[in-house]
Amino acid sequence: MSTTTLAVLVPLLPFLGALAGLLLGRTAPGFVRPLAVLPTLAAAVLAVVVAVRQGGGKPISAATELTPTGSVPIDLSLYLDGFAVLVAVLVGVVATCVQVYSTAYLREDPRYPSYAALVSLFTSAMLLVVYSGDLMVLLVGWEIMGICSYFLVGHYWETEAARSASLKAFLVTKLGDVPFLFGLFALAADAGSFQITKILGTVAAGGLDHPTLIALLLLAGVAGKSAQFPLHTWLPDAMAGPTPVSALIHAATMVAAGVYFVARLLPVFAASQAALVVMAVMAAVTMIGSGLAALAQDDIKRVLAYSTIGQLGYMTGALAVGDREAAVFHLLSHGAFKALLFLGAGVIIHAAGTNSLAAMSRMDGLAKRIPDAFWTMTIALLALAAIPPFAGFFSKEAVLVAAEQTATGHSDLAPATAGWVVLVAGVLTALLTAAYAARLWLMAFRGHGAAAPDHGKEPLAMTGVLWLLAVPSIAFGLAFGPLTDWLDGSGLTPTLATSLLGTGAAVIGGLLTYGLWQRATAKAAAAPAAIGAAAAAAAGAATEQPAAMAASTSAATAAAVSAAETPEVDEVTHEHPAVPAGPAPDPGRALLGPLHRHAAAGFHLDAVYDRLFVRPVQASAGLVRFLDREVVDTYVRGAGLGPRLLGALVRRAQTGNVQTYLSALLAGAVVLAIATAVLANVNAGS
Amino acid sequence: MHLAYPAVLAALLFCTGLYGVLARRNAILVLMSVELMLNAVNLNLVAFDVWLRDTLHAGQALTLFTIAIAAAEIGIGLAIVLMVYRNRGTSDVDRLRDTAEGHEPDQNAARPEVAA
Amino acid sequence: MLTAHLAAAAQGPGFLSPTGVEIAFVLVGLATLGAAVITVNTKQLVHAALWLVVALGGIAVEYLLLTAEFIAWVQVLIYLGSVVVLLLFGLMLTKAPIGRSPDADSNNRWVALGVASVAAAALVWVVVDAFRTTWIDLDGPAQGSTKVSGEILFQHWVLPFEALSVLLLAALIGAIVLSRKDDAPTADGAAPAGQAATAATAAPDESKGQR
Repeated sequence: MSTTTLAVLVPLLPFLGALAGLLLGRTAPGFVRPLAVLPTLAAAVLAVVVAVRQGGGKPISAATELTPTGSVPIDLSLYLDGFAVLVAVLVGVVATCVQVYSTAYLREDPRYPSYAALVSLFTSAMLLVVYSGDLMVLLVGWEIMGICSYFLVGHYWETEAARSASLKAFLVTKLGDVPFLFGLFALAADAGSFQITKILGTVAAGGLDHPTLIALLLLAGVAGKSAQFPLHTWLPDAMAGPTPVSALIHAATMVAAGVYFVARLLPVFAASQAALVVMAVMAAVTMIGSGLAALAQDDIKRVLAYSTIGQLGYMTGALAVGDREAAVFHLLSHGAFKALLFLGAGVIIHAAGTNSLAAMSRMDGLAKRIPDAFWTMTIALLALAAIPPFAGFFSKEAVLVAAEQTATGHSDLAPATAGWVVLVAGVLTALLTAAYAARLWLMAFRGHGAAAPDHGKEPLAMTGVLWLLAVPSIAFGLAFGPLTDWLDGSGLTPTLATSLLGTGAAVIGGLLTYGLWQRATAKAAAAPAAIGAAAAAAAGAATEQPAAMAASTSAATAAAVSAAETPEVDEVTHEHPAVPAGPAPDPGRALLGPLHRHAAAGFHLDAVYDRLFVRPVQASAGLVRFLDREVVDTYVRGAGLGPRLLGALVRRAQTGNVQTYLSALLAGAVVLAIATAVLANVNAGS
Repeated sequence: MHLAYPAVLAALLFCTGLYGVLARRNAILVLMSVELMLNAVNLNLVAFDVWLRDTLHAGQALTLFTIAIAAAEIGIGLAIVLMVYRNRGTSDVDRLRDTAEGHEPDQNAARPEVAA
Repeated sequence: MLTAHLAAAAQGPGFLSPTGVEIAFVLVGLATLGAAVITVNTKQLVHAALWLVVALGGIAVEYLLLTAEFIAWVQVLIYLGSVVVLLLFGLMLTKAPIGRSPDADSNNRWVALGVASVAAAALVWVVVDAFRTTWIDLDGPAQGSTKVSGEILFQHWVLPFEALSVLLLAALIGAIVLSRKDDAPTADGAAPAGQAATAATAAPDESKGQR
């Protein structure tokens, strides 16, 4: 078979699997699991074959026009370059892992058939987005993903949280999709085609009339899909869905689609310096904000969700400095370790019976209960924190190198401002990432207290997948050499300066968290004995608080940290006395200080949106209701009043007495008769 | 004989019956008034038949038919009145107001004429 | 037209020189009308039926005066013989009070009076206006003898006559069905029992009102 045929089969197989799963789900439950896993697995294998055949060479482009569509033709087309085939491999592998994992994770779920079919459909849509060479076809996959995410996040629709989360995910991404659609149309209008190759040709020829406008419009859609500030709020809430779905959404599909889209159309964005700066600022805000928020979350899945937002910020940052190789490299490695993190988190939640990190920190020996998850999670967290030689290190280095090169003027693709913004934010985020990764690891696996409940051995379908994903988490980064051949070929090798900067920040963040955690643990151990003393000390410490706060702020933001500051921060932990019922040693509190409260609430963005959008909409809805009820209805009621009065009058005549009726009837008849007679006389006389 | 005499008599009788139908309360008295009206019509038919000297005597034949139909009508009418009386306890026409709005369907049921 | 009318009036016999038949007709007619008026006005229900006999009998006499003797006898037989008897039975079966009943007339009376008088005025005016000069020639061969009636009835009107027999049969069956007392125990449910109970409780004041 030709490479094109294989590539067509890749999105088609999961789609057919989804159709079959939806059709046969009820009638043939025995087929549901094979139908869920096998097409996805086949698609993954085919994606690998396509990737090998394409081999980083010339892009393979094939198009067929289904029907003429007027001035701007829409084709069913494939465009297979190195980025596409690699991302497709990632999507296929992660989707297969998720499907296999789900067979065990959702074993008892009565809605598993539809769930599996939707995951397949989701995968198929993402593969369509990846392979499509036509923006309209890409949009189809893009929107199918939106609706699938709505269904999957709302899988547990019995709970209010899942319902509202799915609605929120759908609405927020749609909010971005509207400008996205406009952007696509504007782009096609300027380029005269929806074909990516033609658009890129037009851009290269400088034929784009409104690059900034188009880039910003497209950027809105990307921000919605890839959960970038300010449209990221749906992602943490989307944790209401099943954990494998989170893994799928966060690692390979949906959020990756936005980054991938920008990577694909990077020349369009690069045509506008303003768009790149906006993108860089967006990425920086997203990275730092999500890092701070992740430090304050209690739900393990929400921590991971914010970490996803932060890593996506890296990718966007890489794109903002015009280096799509770094972005896609980070996309691939992040896909591997983030899928691993989520699936591992699923195992942890399964074993601990809770989502809460605080609750886990009060459990003893959780790591021993689930050794597979413990080890693989450790690997994935090290990768996330970008500790060499794990995968995250190399891809993050690529981003930082790109930013540094732009900042220092070695690369002229993007303005130096964008480079500086991304570089500073990236280093800062490296510290924050290491901090929350360490916090998660410490709180989840190094808890003290009652023994963790024993749920028996986790099924092989779950642990096996974890080890499978651990391999790329460890080793994928080392493949930066061969990867360069697949991508643009400008090199992904880490440089010494940025390596030192990034790794140093990560190590500092990790060590700081560890130190604070030890303090907090000691405090928590001492707390039961000294609750009264602690309360008195809190009152005494109140005078020192301003200074302590200032110190903690500097600790959290400027990363000017050392062991010397620990005593002061210690007082800050004092400011938040742990609840006597269950003192949970949480280094995040200490690290963030007064910021903690805001960070835990996601910097109140939801509240801001509530103020900015929800309330005005509700108020206007109330106004419309008032107008309808009180104003419009008054006219309607007034119009009804006349006939009603008339009816009341007529009703008075309906006495029910037959004789009255008859009297009226006969009186009328007599009148008519007389009138006839008179008229006849008059006519006769005339 | 002038035709005006029977014609005027018929008209007056008819209006007397009309008054009775509209004014009487008891259903049987209403039926009596209906009989009066029918007879007025019959008188008219006979008078005009005699005046016209119709070879078919349509007026007289129609009078006979009317009398027969009136007999049937009085039989059925009385049966209905009896049934109403048995069900409602009254044969007063102006108490049978089930068709009025806001009336309970059986408000007049079981009016105790039975006991009287 | 008008002159022709006047000429005809001048030619024909005038109202001021009535024949004997006319005098008899008017006298009987007055008696009939009076009886009819009493029928619709009397407070005593049984008297109304009896006055109806007088009125119907008067009409029979009028038929005779109009030489329609067969119809006169049919009138006597059917109306006086059966219909009035039926009505009396009906009064009896509905337990109509004997003696004066003050509520024999409904509240609709004045309206009825108005409608009736206006109708009477209109009819009389039209009839008189149309037929004031028309003359019935009562001489010549008898028009309403039994022989003549029989001939026309069974020669020309036999089909309607037969149809009428079917109608009478239907009326007969209908009357039987309607007036039959439903003695089936299923039909006599709780409702008649409740009816009887309310009837018993409300009985005294009602009977007082009727006396």
